[in-house]
Amino acid sequence: MPHKDLLDIVSLEREEIEHLLDQAAPFKEIFTRSVKKVPALKGKSVLMLFYEASTRTHSSFEVAAKRLSADVTNFDVAHSSITKGESVRETIETLQAMRSDFIIVRHSRAGLPGNIARLTRASVINAGDGAHAHPTQALLDAFTIKEKFPDPAGKRVLIIGDILHSRVARSTSTILKKLGVEVAYLGPGSLVPKVGPENIRRFTDYAQAMAWSPDIVYLLRVQMERQDVQYFPSLREYHRLYGITEARLAGIRDRGLYIMHPGPVNRGVELCDAVMDYERSLINDQVENGIAVRMAVLYWLKPESVTG
Amino acid sequence: MPVTLSAEEIAAGIDRLAEAIREKTAGQPIALIGIRRRGDEVAERVLTRLAEDDRELSFGILDISLYRDDFEHLHENPKLQESDIPFQMEGAHVILVDDVLFTGRTIRAALDALSDYGRPAKVELAVLIDRGHREMPIHPDYTGISLPTQRRDHVLVSLEKTDGTDQVRVIEKDPP
Repeated sequence: MPHKDLLDIVSLEREEIEHLLDQAAPFKEIFTRSVKKVPALKGKSVLMLFYEASTRTHSSFEVAAKRLSADVTNFDVAHSSITKGESVRETIETLQAMRSDFIIVRHSRAGLPGNIARLTRASVINAGDGAHAHPTQALLDAFTIKEKFPDPAGKRVLIIGDILHSRVARSTSTILKKLGVEVAYLGPGSLVPKVGPENIRRFTDYAQAMAWSPDIVYLLRVQMERQDVQYFPSLREYHRLYGITEARLAGIRDRGLYIMHPGPVNRGVELCDAVMDYERSLINDQVENGIAVRMAVLYWLKPESVTG
Repeated sequence: MPVTLSAEEIAAGIDRLAEAIREKTAGQPIALIGIRRRGDEVAERVLTRLAEDDRELSFGILDISLYRDDFEHLHENPKLQESDIPFQMEGAHVILVDDVLFTGRTIRAALDALSDYGRPAKVELAVLIDRGHREMPIHPDYTGISLPTQRRDHVLVSLEKTDGTDQVRVIEKDPP
């Protein structure tokens, strides 16, 4: 049965994940048609409520909703009464009166989309809340991996970077483990959580992590804007220790590994320019697949009937 | 539950469709597009019978789930499958193929879906079974079998490749 909301990956059964991933493929086929739009959500309204800046996720959701023929309203948080002290609850009551069918929320506070979901009949999709979850990113990552490895169980994904502050790391490793994929973390000791899910290997050294023989190297964005404390000495130092340098890219090419990154890329930090032209970089696939997966999510969720 | 149409009758229905299509479109290039599910199997079997013809024959599959008009009434949206239209829709002579023609709503949805691939020169409709009770101004150009039914009856079509056997059963529902 479809859910009302999509707040995190943990609440999804494996069968539901497989269903959403299966459904993303027919949506991707739509992009090859002369009219890249279907009427499935005609007359439905989608409200974008982004309290945190995001160009990519925002446009990806917007394109997905429009390709399903939904009407999209951007609630311009920066210019709204929210900055004048209106509470989230008051905002939601206002929005409820607008009778949106879907609300897509991004907020720096973990758990906020869930609070909104309880206050509204609309379907709420979490587009990233603090360091908690980013479920559509996880789904698009899993879909991208399944395009290369249709049966991904037993494959190995090495996630490199600031694991501690990353909702991407959290959601993506959760979905991958549900699909039987092996996950390991690599990053500075200060950025890799000491406690956390069992059976995730932790590395602080690049060579040791590569000796684990990953099939995919997944680089997290260094979130310079989200850290109050300096966890590593400098960006140059980070690139030297954990970035994909040209020398490391040569090793990755020799082994035929795939490279993923949720974007936007900090060139010269997580990876060098040459990675952008690497034939097994899946970074652009991730962008295109993000739209298809978000269409599948919008099509799957069922808001409580507005008239009911 | 009695079988209304046997495998032989279904085969004869498909023969009739193929013959009627050949008679009317001989020598012209045509594209058969089957509507999921089972319309694609009917289209494939018609195509096999036309394979000897000396002309260009194209084949495609259409999933119309996203074009339905009843989402509001469904607890769960229908599962999608990929559409596959591997030819130029622009200027094509398309024959839409389905297993059963009933209210005509599926065909309405299919026509909408088709136009998103381009502008065909001509679209015709071929159905294995016409059971009547139209709710839309839609009429088949080619009919394999005309089967009189009550509006409330269920017509269950099984086809070899999709369901393992060829048969049609009509389940009569008592009037409410």
